Amino acid sequence: MSHLIEISDMYKIYAIGGEPVHALDGVSLAVDEGEFVAIMGASGSGKSTMLNILGCLDVPTKGSYRLDGTEVAARSAAELAKIRNRKLGFVFQSFNLLARTSAIENVELPDLYMGRLRAKERRVRAMELLGRVGLKGRESHTPAQLSGGQQQRVAIARALMNNPPVLFADEPTGNLDTKSSVEIMELFSELSSEGITIVMVTHEDDIAAYAKRHVVMRDGRIMRDDASCGSARKTVGEVARLVREALA
Amino acid sequence: MNFAMIFRVAARAIARNKTRSILTCIGIIVGIAAVIAVMAIGQGAQTMMVREISSMGNNLVMVFPERRVQGPVSGGMGQGQTMTAGDAEAVKRELGHLVQGVSPSVRATVQMMYASKNWSGNVQGVSTDILQIGNWAVAEGRFFTEDEQSRCARVCVVGATVRANLFGEDENPVGRTIRLKNMTFKVVGLLAPKGANNWGQDQDDVVMAPYTSVERYLQRSKFRNINMMNVSLVSMDDLEIAKREIAALLRQRHHLADYQDDDFETRDTTEIMNTIGSVTGLMTVLLTAVAAISLLVGGIGIMNIMLVSVTERIREIGLRMAIGASPGNILAQFLLEAVVLSTIGGAFGVALGIGGAEFIGWWKGWPILIQIPSTVGAFFFSSFVGMFFGFYPAYRASRLNPIDCLRYE
Repeated sequence: MSHLIEISDMYKIYAIGGEPVHALDGVSLAVDEGEFVAIMGASGSGKSTMLNILGCLDVPTKGSYRLDGTEVAARSAAELAKIRNRKLGFVFQSFNLLARTSAIENVELPDLYMGRLRAKERRVRAMELLGRVGLKGRESHTPAQLSGGQQQRVAIARALMNNPPVLFADEPTGNLDTKSSVEIMELFSELSSEGITIVMVTHEDDIAAYAKRHVVMRDGRIMRDDASCGSARKTVGEVARLVREALA
Repeated sequence: MNFAMIFRVAARAIARNKTRSILTCIGIIVGIAAVIAVMAIGQGAQTMMVREISSMGNNLVMVFPERRVQGPVSGGMGQGQTMTAGDAEAVKRELGHLVQGVSPSVRATVQMMYASKNWSGNVQGVSTDILQIGNWAVAEGRFFTEDEQSRCARVCVVGATVRANLFGEDENPVGRTIRLKNMTFKVVGLLAPKGANNWGQDQDDVVMAPYTSVERYLQRSKFRNINMMNVSLVSMDDLEIAKREIAALLRQRHHLADYQDDDFETRDTTEIMNTIGSVTGLMTVLLTAVAAISLLVGGIGIMNIMLVSVTERIREIGLRMAIGASPGNILAQFLLEAVVLSTIGGAFGVALGIGGAEFIGWWKGWPILIQIPSTVGAFFFSSFVGMFFGFYPAYRASRLNPIDCLRYE
């Protein structure tokens, strides 16, 4: 059976100051549909590099990446743009909403590039999504008029606009307070239970505890890849121990 | 993403930085306005000159006797090489299919006297055809007739300047008798004023009399030569043929052998127009070049501001790419922004150019001719400037790596 995401023997090598740095050093990983994966590790461990490559925002130096059964490692910029648009959703640490643009217009944006819906349908869908992330009534607010947690909700709604099978989140709670972080993570859990595949990068154990599978990285290599048993979630303590053991 | 949406994104980006957009536009506005104003003034000057030249006469060809002087001997004299009134009559008689009218011109500078006043001026001995050839009109009385012309009657018509100096504005000159040199001439008509010609010469300072009379009474020469002849053609299309046939006829009448050069010269208004046209044309080209340079500078201004805009919005570019904008979408967005900016500048530039040209025309009393094609052309050129100078920044934006954009601080 083919996996939704499958990378094998992947390298990403930067030449900084003449000395090559292996941000990814022969990584292989497979993610199946419906999984909720947390990629963990200290800064510089290569977790963000891996997420960027998985998200088709960056290209590997070497290695194969099959997304939904097709090879995407060596595609043109335009083809990658199309893949990002149709198959992937992004949630960033810094939200990355368009400034001075209303929440609803931010949410509509992916479909503008896809051109699937008519203006009216697009508006209806964007309204629905904003309702789903709990922002009913704030459709015309601009990012400056929204709190951090609300901005991240808009970003999640935007990521869902084109119905992508996979959602990538890069430290989605990194800029949020604890209360908002919990709310956002509850939202991710909900989406996961609805069947959306989520791959999230984080270095916080309590955030990672929301995920069902934990991949711990160091120096561009995967040190530990551990799925929870059954439907039972790991506790924060278990996650912390897992990370400690992996990096020991 | 369709055109209307990209357009909206571009328009919004422009509206967001109003001051900067206006300052960027000014470069284009000034450039386009300069181009349009310069062309309007240049074209106006040219048209005015052409109009003035054609006021010299209808489809005019002038034939002058050769003025060449060989060594100390003035050539042509006594050899039958000067032009005579007979030549003019022959042209009219023989080339009736090409010419509408022919008038010899015999000039005599004489003292004119009426009552206690006197005036020194030109008496032009002409034929009745001069009315049509020279676009003259008679204000009072009548012109002399062919009958008077054939019997050398001592009649004349006077121009407005002569009338003013000899009679004053109050006295009607028609029916009076004036003395030209020592002969009396009866004034039968007053010419409608024409004003100064291109060279500032007062065309109304003239007395016209039948050439036959001037030759007989005022020209004290053994040789009945004429100063020139004015020929008006049926159509300017026949100009070359007519000049050739006039030349052939005159050569035949002057018994010139093949090896001999013409003993006359023909001039036509198109030659004068061409000369003047090339001068004003050159002026227009130079001024347009200056205007075009300002447009170039305006274009570079757009390029500069677009580069700034791309750098400033690099995270926006990264985000757009992350959610699916292709390089083509990004290129179109920034290119359209530059084009919209320059086209707005172009529209204001056209308005300012027309307004400015009209104002200068009103202020300096210059004729202004705004031509629709050049105005429309300048407007579209402004869009082209935006496209040309906007391309590089837009292309650069479209080549960016999404992850580099998102990480840009």
